[in-house]
Amino acid sequence: MADHAVVADREVDLSRRKFLTQATIATGAVGAAVAAVPFIESWMPSERARAQGAPTELDISKLEAGQMTTTVWRRSPIYVVRRSPDMVKRIAGHDADLKDPNSLKSEQPPYAKNELRSRSPEFLVLVGTCTHLGCLPKQRFGAGELYPSWPGGFFCPCHGSRFDLAGRVFDGSPASINLRVPPYSYPNARTLLVGADEKGAA
Amino acid sequence: MAVKSASGAPATLPGGEAPAARNGFWGWINKRLPVDEFIREQLTGYFAPKNFNIWYFFGSLALVVLVLQLVTGIFLTMFYKVGEASSFDSVEYIMREVNYGWLIRYLHSTGASAFFIVVYLHMFRAFLYGSYRKPRELLWLFGMAVYLALMAEAFMGYVLPWGNMSFWGAQVIVNLFGTIPGIGPGLVEWIRGDYGIADATLNRFFSLHVAALPLGLLLLVALHLVALRRSGSNNPDGIEIKEKLGPDGTPLDGIPFHPYYTVKDVFGIGLFLVILAIIVFFVPTLGGLFLEAPNFEPANPLSTPEHIAPVWYFTPFYAILRAVPDQRMGALLMLLAVVSFLFMPWLDRSPVKSMRYRGWLSRTALALFAVSFVALGYLGLQPADGVYVVLARIFTVIYFAYFWLMPIYTKLDPVKPVPERVVYRAH
Repeated sequence: MADHAVVADREVDLSRRKFLTQATIATGAVGAAVAAVPFIESWMPSERARAQGAPTELDISKLEAGQMTTTVWRRSPIYVVRRSPDMVKRIAGHDADLKDPNSLKSEQPPYAKNELRSRSPEFLVLVGTCTHLGCLPKQRFGAGELYPSWPGGFFCPCHGSRFDLAGRVFDGSPASINLRVPPYSYPNARTLLVGADEKGAA
Repeated sequence: MAVKSASGAPATLPGGEAPAARNGFWGWINKRLPVDEFIREQLTGYFAPKNFNIWYFFGSLALVVLVLQLVTGIFLTMFYKVGEASSFDSVEYIMREVNYGWLIRYLHSTGASAFFIVVYLHMFRAFLYGSYRKPRELLWLFGMAVYLALMAEAFMGYVLPWGNMSFWGAQVIVNLFGTIPGIGPGLVEWIRGDYGIADATLNRFFSLHVAALPLGLLLLVALHLVALRRSGSNNPDGIEIKEKLGPDGTPLDGIPFHPYYTVKDVFGIGLFLVILAIIVFFVPTLGGLFLEAPNFEPANPLSTPEHIAPVWYFTPFYAILRAVPDQRMGALLMLLAVVSFLFMPWLDRSPVKSMRYRGWLSRTALALFAVSFVALGYLGLQPADGVYVVLARIFTVIYFAYFWLMPIYTKLDPVKPVPERVVYRAH
């Protein structure tokens, strides 16, 4: 009990106490932040999800001109369209009605950053989710199918976004960028490989 | 002030005589747990304004629905199997094979809509009588936090049956986060835990829906009630009853919460349960409004429903999202539409609280807001084209004008004198 009297007599160093309190709080805060990392990281795609996101192959030799087929890569539908010469022709001439005719703001590999948004005029490869909020745009390839001046393309039923036959978005659509182009390559003349190109797998 | 609510009431409080040193079992309990004290402070000795009207049913009803959702939710969790491959089938199993599973599920799904009906009416009451005004700003903010948590809870709950609308609703809502500049795409991947809405997404939404969010909701509701006890309820006249005390130190315009308002609330609960039962037994989907038809087919990542609309309680905000021809601005405006509510206590500059004593400006503004909220709710259910978009834009402007012009029109508003005491005639 005598110790109490001794402590009480001694002057309390308030600045020292304040420093120690703040140092303790700061250390605790850093510790809590570090401890949060594993929990936050646990929400990232797991190893299994990453493995299942590997590149996917598609036989394109049986696709007729004017036809579209859909494959899946990384849980996204991938639209593959074999454009006829007439369809390719209908891509030109409406640049003034597009939000991003030269794909400057849009997301695509460098080899698709052109007017046709593809490696070759014939095949169009797109991520088939609307750049607005992820619905699936429907094919409306026929000229005039939506309205008299419609050059053919895609129409999103959810919020009404419209895209041309190169996946470029029209003015007045809620989507603000063109449909995305995934990385892709042609290992041989009959095969399309989605998810990998010269730079390797995405 | 003689009436204290939080820190021990004086022993002379009417409606709650201090227990004269109870003996026996209850005495033993009360020495260890302040049961009598709690009842006296929170119920029999808690004075509420005596002029409550029909608008004051919805707070207690919200609590009833919360309990309904907790109980039915706990039972649904016993039969539901979370997973991409099992969720849809387990909900069908509940509907067809679990004894009374259909009833428990319909109570839960109807309860979700009932929650929002009750909460929207509860909020409209605050708009009518200025219940968000000083000194109840924090009470209002906690209430809004409850509303936000409820929206998250409802959204994630809607994903769990893994129907096609669950999947595409999740797709649309999660992608909203992708519009955030810079971190958007990474954030979306983090939320989904995969490259698309997947098993990982469903599993974490389940965890949040049944554990994290309900805990948060309960905490927020508790804070809402504690803040309410501190300031006391507002009333249709917008008068502070604590400012007019009788000789015994209790508010002249107040009556003990128990038995007067407990009995009143029990009556309201009875009526509410009758209406709930009618919906649950006869029109559980309410023509697609409470449960949408596309959600009765399994999730299909390769087929978007012809027309995606959220459940009715989100449609006003959804209509605002779609009214803007730019995705980032649309998402921002949608967020602002929800967040605007938070600023009400500081936007409203009227010298009086209640609509009863406000002039034509405030009344017209509130009427226009109510009309635009309902209209946006309707438009959010319609396809996003033609005249619907034009109308949605007009009502969006009115919606925001209500909030952000409030500092102006509430000042110009010709108000009427507020009476000294509440307007009340005994029945």
